[in-house]
Parts: sequence; C-alpha cells; structure tokens
Amino acid sequence: MTKSPLRHLSRIPPIWMILIACVAFFSVFADSFFAIGNFTNILIQTSTIGLIALGMTVVMINGNIDLSVGAVVALAASLAVGLQADLGIVPAVLVGLGAGVALGFLNGMVVWKTGVDAFIVTLGAMMGVRGLVFLYTGEQSFFSMNFAYADFGMSSIAGVPTLAWVFLALTVIMHVVMTRTTHGRNAYAVGGNREAAENAGIRVGRHMVANFMLVGFFAALAGITLSTQMGASTPNLGTNYELWVITAVVLGGTKLTGGVGTILGTLGGVLTIGVLRNGMNLMQVPAFYVLVVMGAILIAVLLVDARVNRRVAGEVKL
Amino acid sequence: MAKTDVELAVPVRRDPWITRDKVVHLLQTKGLLIAFALFLVAFSLASDRFASVDNISTVLRQVAIVGTIAVGVTIVVIGGNLDLSVGSLLSFSTVLVVDLHDKIGPGPAILIMFAAALAVGCVNGLLVGFARLNSLIVTLGMLSAIQGLTLIYSGGQNVDIADQEGTWFAFFGRDFLLGVAVPTWIFLGLAVILHVVLTRTTFGRKVFAVGGNPTAAAFSGVRRARVVFSTYLISAFCTACAAVILGSRVMGSQNNVGQGYELVVLAGVILGGTSLLGGSGSIPKTVVGVLILGFIQNGLLLLGYPYYAQWLVTWVVIILAVWLDVASKRGRLFTTTS
Repeated sequence: MTKSPLRHLSRIPPIWMILIACVAFFSVFADSFFAIGNFTNILIQTSTIGLIALGMTVVMINGNIDLSVGAVVALAASLAVGLQADLGIVPAVLVGLGAGVALGFLNGMVVWKTGVDAFIVTLGAMMGVRGLVFLYTGEQSFFSMNFAYADFGMSSIAGVPTLAWVFLALTVIMHVVMTRTTHGRNAYAVGGNREAAENAGIRVGRHMVANFMLVGFFAALAGITLSTQMGASTPNLGTNYELWVITAVVLGGTKLTGGVGTILGTLGGVLTIGVLRNGMNLMQVPAFYVLVVMGAILIAVLLVDARVNRRVAGEVKL
Repeated sequence: MAKTDVELAVPVRRDPWITRDKVVHLLQTKGLLIAFALFLVAFSLASDRFASVDNISTVLRQVAIVGTIAVGVTIVVIGGNLDLSVGSLLSFSTVLVVDLHDKIGPGPAILIMFAAALAVGCVNGLLVGFARLNSLIVTLGMLSAIQGLTLIYSGGQNVDIADQEGTWFAFFGRDFLLGVAVPTWIFLGLAVILHVVLTRTTFGRKVFAVGGNPTAAAFSGVRRARVVFSTYLISAFCTACAAVILGSRVMGSQNNVGQGYELVVLAGVILGGTSLLGGSGSIPKTVVGVLILGFIQNGLLLLGYPYYAQWLVTWVVIILAVWLDVASKRGRLFTTTS
C-alpha cells in the first residue's frame, strides 16, 4: 500500500488555503504581523475559542450541537477563581473542570434518554447555567488573590506561552483520538448514519454522553485558562462564545448534519478567525469590521462549499 | 355500524402502560395549556398581586418585544428554517430609528428603518431560499455581520432622542389605547393577522408544505425558494416592529440592545410547541409560549426569588415541554437507544 504525498495534500481542509492567504496578506500589509512574538500572541488569543472548538467538533460530527459552552466557561471560571481562597488553587480548578464535565454529562443524558434535540436541550442549558452563574456569583466579578494563578497564565515554556502549549497538545491528542481510535471512528459512524451505527453495535447513547462530557470539559478548561490570563472572572464571561465556536468549527469544514469534519479543519478555522482579528487590529481597522468580515467569510465558505459539493440526488430544484 | 365492526376487530391491547398512554395523550394535546393553567393558579395562590389586572397588563407589555419577534420567527421555523439574526437586527433597527429620529423626523426614520430591516430579510431569504444554504449558519453569519454594521453605523456610541416628551414617536412604546398598552396591541395585532395569513391563505398552506415535506411540496408545484424568502421578510418586518416599540419605550439605544434575543425568542417558539424540524406549529402556541416565559419571570420576581432564578426555571420548563411532546409521539417516556 503506497500513498503518494499528493494524495495526502488533497486531504488538507480548504480553510487552510484561506488561512495561508490571510497570513500572506497581513504579512505584506500589516507591520509587525509576521513576527514570532505576534504568532504566539495569536495562539493565546485563539486558545480559548480553540479549546472549546476541539470538543464542539466531536459533538458536531456526532450530529449534535452544544449551545451551553459559553455559560460553562463563565461557571468554571467563577468556581475556579471564587473557591481558590478557601480550597487552594488546584482543588478549585478541579471543581471548575468537574462542573463542566458534570453539566456535559447532564446535557448528554437528557439528549440520550429523552430524545429531545440537542439544540433545544443545550439552548435551555445555556440560559439555566448562565442563571446559575449569576446566582452563584451574586452578579459580582471575582479576583484571584493568589498571584501564582495569574502567573501561570503569563508563563511560558521554551519561549512559547504555556496556554499555547496546552492548546496545541490537546489539539494533537484530539486529532489522534479522532483519526486513530475506535471512539473517533464511532463518532463519524454515529453522525453519518445513526441507525446503522446502532445496528453495528455501537452504544450510541453512551457514546454521545461521552462527547458531551468532553465538550463540557473543554469549555470549563477554556474558562479556567481565560481566567488565568486575567487573574479574575466575571459572570458575563463567555457570552456569545457558542456562536464564535460554531463559526470556527463550520469554517473548518464540519457539517451540521454530522458525519463530516476534522480536528485539523477546526484548527484552521480557529486560526483563521484569530489571524483575521489580530491582522485587522494591527492594520488599525476598527474591531467592528471584523464582525462583518467574519459573517461574510462564513457565508462565503458555505456558498463555495455548496457549489463544490452539492449533492443533486434526492433534491428537487425549483 | 361499519365503523363499530372495525373497532371490534381490533384486538384489545393488554398493555400495562395503557393508562399512562392516555395521560400522555391528554398531556400531548393540551399539556402546555394545562401546565400553564396550573402554573397561573399556583402563582395566584402564592402571591396576591399576581392575578391582578395591573400585573397581567404589565406582563403583556413586557413580553411584547420578544412576542412580536417570536410571531415572525414562528413562520420561519414552520417553513423549516431558523432565524438567529433577529437579535442583531433588533439592535441595528433600534439604533437606526432612534438615531434618524432627531436627524430627519420620526416618520422618515421609521420608513428607512423598515426598508433597512426588510433588506436584511431579503439577504437572509436569498441565501436560505434561493441559494439553499443552511439557515442556521447563514443567520449566524448575519448575526455577526449585522452586529458589526450596527457598531460601524453608530461608531460604538449610544444614541438617544433629545426631545422625549414632545415627539409622537413615544406613542408606540409608552402610550395606552383603551386601557391596553400600545406594545401589547402591536404584539397581539400582528399575532392575529399572521395567524390568519398562516391558517386561511394559500401562502400559509405553502409554508407548512415547504417545512413539512419539501420534496412533496416541490412536486405539488410549490416554489420553495419564494416561500422561504417571504418567511424571512415577515420575520424581518416583525423585528422592525419590535424595534419601533423598543426605541420608543427607551427613547435611546445601546449597540447591543438586542443581544441574546434570538435565543429567548426561540425559547418562546419551542416552548409553544412549534417543532424545529418545520411543518408544524402555530402562532397562538407561540403566544402562549412567550406568555409562559413572561409569567415565569414575573411570578418568580413577585415571590421574591432573585432575577436569575427564572433562567433556571426556563431551562427545566423548555426541556420538559419538548420532552412531553417527543415522548407522546414516541409512545414511551425514554428512548430505547443503548
């Protein structure tokens, strides 16, 4: 079995072409864009959205969605910062992560057992968890009194920020999980044809719960890394993150209908958003325009995708 | 007589769950109304202010903005699509109408704002209807783009109306007609009109057909693209109406005033029982859904619970409502998936 390198090239998600074009554009037109320091900056800036996107990719490949991630970000951050005075940093962080996993478990169990669409279940959770955050925090921001917490967010290993390492390492792990393990193969099977997956003996319900716990974990981790960057948490943290994350994942080529998507594509989508924000910022374009460009790119990618991949079979064109 | 014979020919089911089936069936058909009624009774008993005319008209007035948008979004959802751009569009329209009010007068401001909102509806409609793109992603992109447009237009500044007492623009958000607030009139008026459109016109039938079975609708000669396009125009129109109410009530606007409305609106629509899959649902159901959200908020506040407790209750209520619906169609409470 010989694989030509070209065949490998064709599997690179198309978003990477857009990403390379963006990097080339900003390298020419934005001063101080093309610098190692700036690239690590982009990695830190995108790691929050990126971490959640890793989990969201798997959930969306399953054919589900999780709208509650933004609220989980706030909950985990508030718990990790709010409890560390009493518990110490490590236990507080563990409680934050545990809350994310527990909420993921809850979402997953409800989706599995009730058969209610994940969009509705997590839309409800999005409001409910945000309500929990406001009740827990009493609408207050929390500040970390222990500087070790914020120092961790600022630290770097071998010249690269620790948070960037965390993001990159987890990206590699998730890539391996999705391409080399049974769980990864099952994710595609469940999303591609759920009934067939069930008949093939995949325990679809448990599988989906595991993935909701995964995205809950990643959302909580993102909340904690975000709060280490600021040394604080606010109850509004993570508002609208679900929309940004879904945008990144869809840009990366994952289909909402399930069965299609890659971690590499998601990484490309996340980095494209990061590069656009960073580059336009360096060119001193007001932040407002980034929103318009993001929306336009999202729709443009969809249009191109529809032109290239439209399956005519089974559809009546009128 | 023949009918009786057929019924006798059906073997008697010895299903131990038969009574639960009956309960489930009753709950399915009237479940939401029963729950709503129980809920109202419970709150009336718990708080003596809850059932007063004053309080009820306050709630009706409070839900008017969400309700007005939800009525339009219901039609989009019945047509088998989503509209997540309404929150951003509400921000944009409100900023536009408030800003133009002092520059060119209320009349032209309202006209231009409606034109702009309908233009956004056109873009949604073209992309989802004619280009057949996924509605969730298209309107997600539009959500972001319109939010950006709003900020570009206002330069990030809040806008407000200088002469708040002397303008007739105040009518839409602050006045009362026959003892009922004008926002309530607009909400319920639009609901009645669009309910008639949906149930008594060919267009209404086409919306249900397109949402329920697009292929069958196409073979029946229904032009899906045009129908979907129109549903987005309706949704944008309703959002523009909500912007008039909001702008008039506040007499000013922040750039992100509509942020999050898209999901609250959707919660109302889902709570009412309109299926996200399309093809079923109704506007009265949505009105009930929106009212439930409004009364939950109001009732919990009257009972002295913190403001955010309503979101927790909404979480549970939404899932329970949809679960009941799904379970009754399935005939059992839980799925059989392993």
